Amino acid sequence: MKRILTGLAAATVGLAMLAGCSGGGNGQAQAPAGDTINIGVNFELSGDVATYGQANVQGIEMAAEEINAAGGVDGKQINLIKYDTKSDTAEATTLATKLMTQDKVVAVIGPATSGATKATLPVAGQNKIPVISPSATADDVTVDDKGVKEYAFRTCYSDSFQGTAAAEYAVKKFSAKKAVILRDSSNDYSKGLADAFRTTFTEGGGEIVSEDAYAKAADNFNAVMTKFKGQEFDVIYLPGYYTEAGKAIKQARDLGITQPILGGDGFDSPVLGEQAGAQLKDVYFTNHYSSEDQDPKVQEFITAFKAKHNTDPNAFNALGYDTMKFVADAVGRASEQTGEGVQKALAETKDFEGVTGTFSVDENHNAVKAVVFVGYDQGGALVSEKG
Amino acid sequence: MKNSLVRQALMLWLPLVATYVIVLLLVQANIIDAYMQVTLATICINIVLAASLNLITGFTGQFSLGHAGFMAIGAYSTALVSMRWDSVFGFLGGLLLGGVLAALVGFLIGLPTLRLRGDYIAIATLGMAEIIRILLQNFEFTNGAAGLSPVPQYMDWTWFFILTVGSVMLISNFIRSRQGRDAIAVREDEIAAESIGVNTTRSKVLAFAIGAFFGGIAGGMYASYFYVIKPEQFGFLKSVDILVIVVLGGLGSLSGSVIAAFLLAIISTLLQPFPGVRMILYALLLIIIMIFRPQGLLGNRELSLRLLPRFGRRREAAASGTEEA
Repeated sequence: MKRILTGLAAATVGLAMLAGCSGGGNGQAQAPAGDTINIGVNFELSGDVATYGQANVQGIEMAAEEINAAGGVDGKQINLIKYDTKSDTAEATTLATKLMTQDKVVAVIGPATSGATKATLPVAGQNKIPVISPSATADDVTVDDKGVKEYAFRTCYSDSFQGTAAAEYAVKKFSAKKAVILRDSSNDYSKGLADAFRTTFTEGGGEIVSEDAYAKAADNFNAVMTKFKGQEFDVIYLPGYYTEAGKAIKQARDLGITQPILGGDGFDSPVLGEQAGAQLKDVYFTNHYSSEDQDPKVQEFITAFKAKHNTDPNAFNALGYDTMKFVADAVGRASEQTGEGVQKALAETKDFEGVTGTFSVDENHNAVKAVVFVGYDQGGALVSEKG
Repeated sequence: MKNSLVRQALMLWLPLVATYVIVLLLVQANIIDAYMQVTLATICINIVLAASLNLITGFTGQFSLGHAGFMAIGAYSTALVSMRWDSVFGFLGGLLLGGVLAALVGFLIGLPTLRLRGDYIAIATLGMAEIIRILLQNFEFTNGAAGLSPVPQYMDWTWFFILTVGSVMLISNFIRSRQGRDAIAVREDEIAAESIGVNTTRSKVLAFAIGAFFGGIAGGMYASYFYVIKPEQFGFLKSVDILVIVVLGGLGSLSGSVIAAFLLAIISTLLQPFPGVRMILYALLLIIIMIFRPQGLLGNRELSLRLLPRFGRRREAAASGTEEA
């Protein structure tokens, strides 16, 4: 028995190592000499959702380099203090505390996901330091039944805003009267989008003919698609992540389902195309920005990003980039460079021009901006339009 | 006899009370600042988790991969009850309910599976934890994948101290009791234990349920300190994290679990300035420690203040020995 235990113990340690090895990237930026502004970067750099955290941080670091190269904010250089939450919410709270009490930052950017961001907000309130997430989309991140959370901000729109936009698009573009919903039961993002879509669609006189759910990492959608096929509907709403959505799209098209498929920003990955292959047709999704956007600001960002990272930026990169510039803008306008000063300036932001659109901060601390619809038309060509 | 009891009480309680008071003063003087307090909270939670898993895996020899499941039950009970009755009684009620529910689930799972010998229990507990996580993800009242927030924060240094010290002491007393000795006998040799009249299934189930109870308590401590709980926090990797502490400290050493919880928190904190390579260095350190101490830091020995007088006596004996010679 003991020997078995020792063997298993060794296996355990090995597993822990594997789990830890998903991290990567470079060490912390060294504090440059002179007068600097400390800004915390508290992200998932390893673990389950490291892809989002790392993508956000790439955008943030690029923006900070640009700001510093252009002379900084009020002549002061921005010093990013970066930590890894390991995709663990308790660790996010711990590190936010460290950034606010020991590293004396004026603002903390991140984490990327809603749960982790919510876990840092009580600490933000206690220390009066704003937390700004580039991609925490759950509705209750910035506001709950007690009202708006004073020190919580984000630069993306919320889940319900996105679901509503998708429903309106379905009616406007496809004159949809009947829709089916297929959502992911293992995450709240998918549920939030589906709920908002259902509400808006039915309020507009439409009907949800059928609704089904799958679990994370599902790869066989034939049963549910066959069920959908037997019914009469105009669009499929598929608010999930690209890993499962790509397979679902391919299997739906293989079965001969020809109706348009709508989704959310979770579709935004080249993996979607890899999974769906030539069947990626008549698929549209709500997104934060489109690389097709001809706006010079966007094209400049894309060129600079490509030069640095050798790949097209995705929405997380763009949101991270915008968030850094948004925070720097507020620090520049703040009456005093403290958490409270920056909080006031953030809340007063009007018509901030970012690569993910021009936005203002509303009374619920959400960034109000236009949704971009990105999609692949019936021929499979990439299209985009602003909503 | 009376004298030694007094001495024992002093040996045990004096350092404990002193620790409590000193830390409390340091917290109030803000020498232990907010960040160190969060780290201390994590250490306390990890101590209770590791000590309770050590009872199951280290002392009773049942390899469990489902401790995060018990933690989840405790966390959700505490969160749900204290969110409804936002008072210290709601918190304590939820904590207790969580512990009892976890013990009940442990009992129900343990009864059929612990009759088996070998590593079946590892698979069964892994399955149990996954079932718990997926149920929490799909129930309406647990708010699905989004989890529960904000959970009212009642945990402070006093509660952490009481719950951590209390849990470790109760587990340690159980191990020294008749039932605890039975459990150790089962670990050493199940057939031999059975042949001398130990009811092996009963011993295993009892240890499993008690371990589950304290796993639930640790979950409640977590929920009431870290504001947000989500089903995904209590996945397989959380169970592995706890197991790492137990194995590192030494299977069958409670003080080893305590030391490992501190050591891992210190390593983790020291590595925080290197975000990119942090988890790689952490894993490397674990590998190095396991190569040099394959039995864990303390093996199955215990480190306690009681050893001090023993050292003293040994020195006396050595001294008198030389005199005689």
